[in-house]
Amino acid sequence: MSKRVGVEVSIAISEAVGLARAEIIPAYPITPQTHIVEHLSEMVANGQLDAEFVPVESEHAAMSCCCGAAAAGARVFTSSSSQGLSLMSEILYIPSTMRLPMVMVVANRALSAPISIWNDHQDIMVQRDIGWIQTFAENGQEAVDLTIHAFKVAENRNVSLPMIVNIDGFTLSHVIEPIELPDQEDVDAYLPPFKPRYKLDPRKPITMGPVGIPEVYTEAKVAHDKAIKNSKRYILKAWEEFEEVFGRKYEPVETYRTEDAEVLLVGMGSICETAMTAVDKMRDQGQKVGLLKIRLWRPFPAQEFRKAVGKTKILAVIDRCLPPGAVCGPVGAELRSMFYKIPGSPKIFSFVAGLGGRDVTVSRFEEIVDKARAFAKKRPRELYEVIGVREK
Amino acid sequence: MIPEFEKFKGFKAKNLPQIEPLAPGHRACQGCGEVLALRMVMKALGKDVIVCNATGCMEIITSPYPHTAWNVPWIHIAFENAAAVASGVEAARKVLKRKKKIPKKHVDILAVGGDGATGDIGLQWISGAMERGHDFLYVCLDNEAYMNTGVQRSGCTPYGAMTTTSPPGKKSFGQVTWKKNVPGIMVAHNIPYVATASPAYFLDLMNKVKKAALVKGPAYVHIFSPCPTGWGSAGERSVEFARLAVETKVFPLYEVIEGRYIMSRKIKKAKPVTEYLKGQKRFRHLDEAHIDYIQKRVDAEYEKLLRLSEMT
Repeated sequence: MSKRVGVEVSIAISEAVGLARAEIIPAYPITPQTHIVEHLSEMVANGQLDAEFVPVESEHAAMSCCCGAAAAGARVFTSSSSQGLSLMSEILYIPSTMRLPMVMVVANRALSAPISIWNDHQDIMVQRDIGWIQTFAENGQEAVDLTIHAFKVAENRNVSLPMIVNIDGFTLSHVIEPIELPDQEDVDAYLPPFKPRYKLDPRKPITMGPVGIPEVYTEAKVAHDKAIKNSKRYILKAWEEFEEVFGRKYEPVETYRTEDAEVLLVGMGSICETAMTAVDKMRDQGQKVGLLKIRLWRPFPAQEFRKAVGKTKILAVIDRCLPPGAVCGPVGAELRSMFYKIPGSPKIFSFVAGLGGRDVTVSRFEEIVDKARAFAKKRPRELYEVIGVREK
Repeated sequence: MIPEFEKFKGFKAKNLPQIEPLAPGHRACQGCGEVLALRMVMKALGKDVIVCNATGCMEIITSPYPHTAWNVPWIHIAFENAAAVASGVEAARKVLKRKKKIPKKHVDILAVGGDGATGDIGLQWISGAMERGHDFLYVCLDNEAYMNTGVQRSGCTPYGAMTTTSPPGKKSFGQVTWKKNVPGIMVAHNIPYVATASPAYFLDLMNKVKKAALVKGPAYVHIFSPCPTGWGSAGERSVEFARLAVETKVFPLYEVIEGRYIMSRKIKKAKPVTEYLKGQKRFRHLDEAHIDYIQKRVDAEYEKLLRLSEMT
């Protein structure tokens, strides 16, 4: 029986990758992802994990190496962050349309300039459309569980897509939490060995990554779109099986005290922990406030989200990303377009908070709820508001 | 000496492999010297190979879906990263063999790209893969410009050559820089095998490619690849130009085995460079002074190589 132990989240993620028996780890160091790859290289060095650790010369090479390894039929893991994720951006679009399964943990961090090593979601939001399945972890246990879950989903032959598990840099990656690391036997029972449908094999030669002439390009992209939409059922199924084996339940959209709520906060990642405290406080004061946590970001679980919103009339959406010149943050924009012209849909107010490591405190959530209530009465001039900007 | 070479008897005209891992029917231009070289590369390697192709002429002419010219497993990911893709394939196969998930039989891993993919945009990826010591071979098919995008200059474009981004004009005479010494950069990585080759000397080319595959660890072969479309030369003269480049010392053939330079063909009575330059539209604007400079520099570079072969 597995035990809960106090362990740094990055180390726990590496252990989860080891339990998943990853076979190749091409990686390049970047703060705050470093502890994950350091520990993995240690596990390979001391024989705990039978894998190839490829210390590549850049993130671009890391992702390129991942593509080659997945095409050769190995179980692939890598991890990155921020500038590094942006450097591999060119390649990120390729394994997804080529249907090469692999798992990447992204320790979310701000993008330059100014250079910042601290947490927000700008790095992953600019990679929103890479066609990978993407989940967000709220705490260390989730980070471990979602990593194991990611291999199960990505390698499912009906899915065959790369998958990203987002964890907040420092806020999650560098904290010590009580985490239950699963037993090897249970992980083996949950996660069968990777059997790719296609691979580079001289006994059965195939051509991978050919030219897509105009007569086939659209069809290739549509096939990818269908595949990622279709993946949702296998994502859910893998979560159901996860619950059976490990006893922890996961859903694409999670609700917290949403019953009869007038206002729902909507967030992703570690800020949801603070948001729950804020919701408790406001509920104690008699305010009807709840929280929606988006765990599955791609494919977007529209149906589940609408269901989770129920009859609530006000949504206060928090983006940890500020796209300059856009109408609002990416999560806000997504939800507004999803609810557009749906009868009885809620009013959606977009807030930007927690950029570059700025903490989003309980009082900030209270402020957001107050503002959302006020905006519902009198429409705001702007389509979004940045919370906690210093005046001086 | 490299032990893997001992058993290899070498290709001769009598024992040329019948196998064609790269099938005919692809869409290369008439007289393409690059696809000719690639065919020889593939004949030398045979069927137990995995090819990682950089974006470029060879990639597009062989793989417009649903067609493929490849009878061996082949992958294309992007332009600059064929060496990194190859290192992924190599490392993955290493662990899969260890875990008995694939047969133990040796399979060559070939990364192949043009001069732009190799000497310019892909240099870092190649350097990384060479430095890490993956067991693979990299073949550069050098046609001396970005031909696939319409003949733009690269770091491997020769001095004086006209391209669409090094046009001669009132204030320019074409490419102002000397050809980048990419094989020299590879030698600096202390890899066990580096060679230059030419499709005009096809047995030499095939033997070098085979040696590059046999050697344990990274190996590099730089192949001169005439491009009638980009050079403005007659398609039927591609092999002739490839030979002239060697005979005029413009493109010397040599091997560097564990750091030792070995001249494959010592040119005692070199033909003047004009023999090579004439007949190619890319050089026709050059005046005597430039040709004179090219002749002197070609001779000097060749001398440098000779000295290296004597020293090492």
